[in-house]
Amino acid sequence: MTTTLTDIPAAPKSLKISDKRAQRRKFQNSLASIALSSAMVVACIPLILILFVVIQRGIAAFNLDLFIYEQRTFRATEEAGFAHGFVGTALIMALAIPMAVLVGISTAVYLVEYGRGTKLATAVRFVTDVMTGVPSIFVGLVVYAVVVRGTGLGLGFGTLAGAIAIALVMLPIVVRSCEEMLKLVPDSIRNASAGLGSRKWQTTTRVVLPASAPGLATGSMLAVARGAGETAPLLLTALGSLFTVTELVGRAQASLPQLIYQHARQPFPPGLERAWGGALALVIITLLFTILARTLGTKYNKIRAGM
Amino acid sequence: MSTATEATTLRSQLRGTKKGRYADPLFKSLMTTAGVFVLFLLGVMIVRTTVDAWPVFQKEGFFGFLFGMQWTAQASNETTNPDLMLGTYGAWPFIYGTFVTAFIALVIALPLAIATALYITQAAPRRIRNSLSYWVETLAAVPSIVYGLWGLLFFVPVVLMPLFAWLESTFLGDTFLFEGPVRNVSYLAAGTVLAIMILPIMTAIIREVFSAAPQDELNAAYGMGATRWEVIRQVLLPRSTSGIVGGTMLGMGRAIGETIAVAMLVGGSQRMGYSLFFGGDSMAAHIVSTFADAYPETIIGLMAIGVALFLFTFFINILARALVWRVGRLGGDSAV
Amino acid sequence: MSNPANTTERPSVTMSTRELASGTAEVSEEIAPSNVVFSLDDVSVYYNKFRAVRNVSFEIAKHEITALIGPSGCGKSTLLRSLNRMNDLIPGARVEGTVLYHGENIYDEEIDPVEVRRRIGMVFQKPNPFPKSIYDNVAFGPKLDGVKGSELEGMVEEALKGAALWDEVKNKLKESGHSLSGGQQQRLCIARAIAVQPEVVLMDEPCSALDPIATTRIEDLMQQIKNDYTIVIVTHNMQQAARISDRTAFFVTEVNNESDTRTGTLVEYGKTSQIFVDPHDKRTEDYISGRFG
Repeated sequence: MTTTLTDIPAAPKSLKISDKRAQRRKFQNSLASIALSSAMVVACIPLILILFVVIQRGIAAFNLDLFIYEQRTFRATEEAGFAHGFVGTALIMALAIPMAVLVGISTAVYLVEYGRGTKLATAVRFVTDVMTGVPSIFVGLVVYAVVVRGTGLGLGFGTLAGAIAIALVMLPIVVRSCEEMLKLVPDSIRNASAGLGSRKWQTTTRVVLPASAPGLATGSMLAVARGAGETAPLLLTALGSLFTVTELVGRAQASLPQLIYQHARQPFPPGLERAWGGALALVIITLLFTILARTLGTKYNKIRAGM
Repeated sequence: MSTATEATTLRSQLRGTKKGRYADPLFKSLMTTAGVFVLFLLGVMIVRTTVDAWPVFQKEGFFGFLFGMQWTAQASNETTNPDLMLGTYGAWPFIYGTFVTAFIALVIALPLAIATALYITQAAPRRIRNSLSYWVETLAAVPSIVYGLWGLLFFVPVVLMPLFAWLESTFLGDTFLFEGPVRNVSYLAAGTVLAIMILPIMTAIIREVFSAAPQDELNAAYGMGATRWEVIRQVLLPRSTSGIVGGTMLGMGRAIGETIAVAMLVGGSQRMGYSLFFGGDSMAAHIVSTFADAYPETIIGLMAIGVALFLFTFFINILARALVWRVGRLGGDSAV
Repeated sequence: MSNPANTTERPSVTMSTRELASGTAEVSEEIAPSNVVFSLDDVSVYYNKFRAVRNVSFEIAKHEITALIGPSGCGKSTLLRSLNRMNDLIPGARVEGTVLYHGENIYDEEIDPVEVRRRIGMVFQKPNPFPKSIYDNVAFGPKLDGVKGSELEGMVEEALKGAALWDEVKNKLKESGHSLSGGQQQRLCIARAIAVQPEVVLMDEPCSALDPIATTRIEDLMQQIKNDYTIVIVTHNMQQAARISDRTAFFVTEVNNESDTRTGTLVEYGKTSQIFVDPHDKRTEDYISGRFG
């Protein structure tokens, strides 16, 4: 290489410099590549570690007892579990999901099908964005003030108050993701429906909503995953309980996250073990919903590609 | 037969039925009601908490509340008359705790998020690109209580404590920021776990920002013989600045509002300290950890903290969204 | 009597001599009054302030195929969509002039656009089956009317037969409409449109997304169904217009250099045989002989 370079007059000097520079650039580039991939590894370590530790420490308490017994004492090693927490979480979610999904999808339909370009829609969209950023503890305070306390509706701590709080946490997520999903339905099939003489509400309920159903399910399930793991607002609205509660109003209600919180902050190993077991159950629930939601979402994208 | 009757029939047919005509406005107003209801909800949230917290703002003054150093909750049942309230409500220790933990989280998470997003969009082999972002974003769904438990019982005592002890033993230990004693729960412990918690969402947003850069522009730079690093530094990063700042703000909004994990790790005292090893409290954490035992008067104080917390996150989010707006609204996934 | 537009004041004759700003729109070969389905008088279509089509007047005959041709941007699709009020769905779209459908002005305030579209169906440029099964696609329209059970099944079968698709899909009615080929999808859309038993089918470049073989099948199909339906088709393919249509309307684009806007208008309308063999207007002749457009 050097011989050919010296054959060319005047060029060698500058080319040699650039040769050195090229080497430096190459070196910089490999350094950067190494830095980026190690950053990726560093970022992944805690995320993998959390799954690993939760499984490793939770597996011992992740047994039938956890699901069928109520908590007795923190020290109890047998016949103690989080059954009341599972019941509570299930009841709270059973109430919260219909509330959040009904209002959320209706709002998304309004934004996409009716509100396009209007000031009201801009306001609604802005408010949803704001609500997405509202800390869940603030939602808890609001529901406490409006629903729980005597100066509000006075319903007291319990399942319904907890469900309202969780629904409020879920609502903006449902609205935003379902809005995106509805927007992906191509106008061509709306026109096809209109061309057949359907009214707009028929187009919406018979074509647009069925066509985006997997997408809407994705959005709702992401919200469920988020709602099921919420702890802070429940501590202010459902409060907590030592027993299984099936009343919707009037009795404070337990929940899985609340029991984990309670058990994590006491010193007895059997209780701590149950906290890990509960955490494992919670991680499984939320990841299951998230992965299911994302799988559906991918499927939706494939269907949509054909529309 | 007669064209006249035929025409009238056709005309009446084309007019349609009343029922048919009213169905559409009805459906539309139902959907619009849902939208308006969402507006109403936020209105209720703001008005109700502000009204409830008002006596505290009256007693301390808004700025007295924000910057007061003293928080002494008292066990009275007074909830309306500020003159009869017994406690002193200065929220600065919690506000300081909130921002210091959020700031620690950002200092740790931001470089990692940028580098991770760069790796995923620019450097990762195409095969693993999608699955990498898939898993990083899926792990964002792990509930905050799990992070709290993991941090309290594993990560802080097993991983961070030796690290903190070492930090304290170096020359840094002589500065006020890293002054001992090193405690199990502290601003730094909470901030570090917060960093891990906001990392997935920040990576997701910044990744979106990078993906929005036109490939043509990058190719043009590659075509001139630029290395990958040069393309990143000279083309990609400069055009993504506002998006990165916006993503950072969103991460900060998340960190400020994060409650349960911080409550478990930050310490829980009602004072503040300048050492990062000090066990203080954040706004959200203070609300959740004192709520259960609070007297009516104290709950008014907690309401006031809630209002201030809402205002902070509100403005940070608005700012963030204004900055990320160019990239388009963030998809539903990043909302989680 | 109760309806002045349907009486002796039929404007078809006056139209052939109507002077238009750009010249004369040649309209030959009058249609017998009892066979007139659409009668357009001085129709202009606006998108907000922009005038997309101006001053179009002509008549469309029953059980014929009428082709609208012209260079792109001449507003032929816009005009087609104004025949069943599909333009209502575009914010800012507005129609001036009168569109009479069997003597009824379909833009009359009292008229329900949805009822108009039930009688005047539409097939779009790109096949747009719903993401539903083949059966549910065709059954969609009848279901809106509350048709159920065996009657519905009969209507679906009849429509699919009408669209010459039955033999190909009868064993897979439950499969998604998207599983079909492009040409089959378009025939499915035709079947879907005729399942509501409209009188008129508007087709907006129905073959432009299809390969030649699929195109031929659609054209054959149009010939078969024209005894039952009145068809208006927009096409940019002159051979297609010449092959299948009975009458042809030729549109041009007028460019306004001051405002840099384009407005389409009708130049010549008549029997297809006459338009293609003996065009009266110089612009038509230039266009069909490939000199512009």
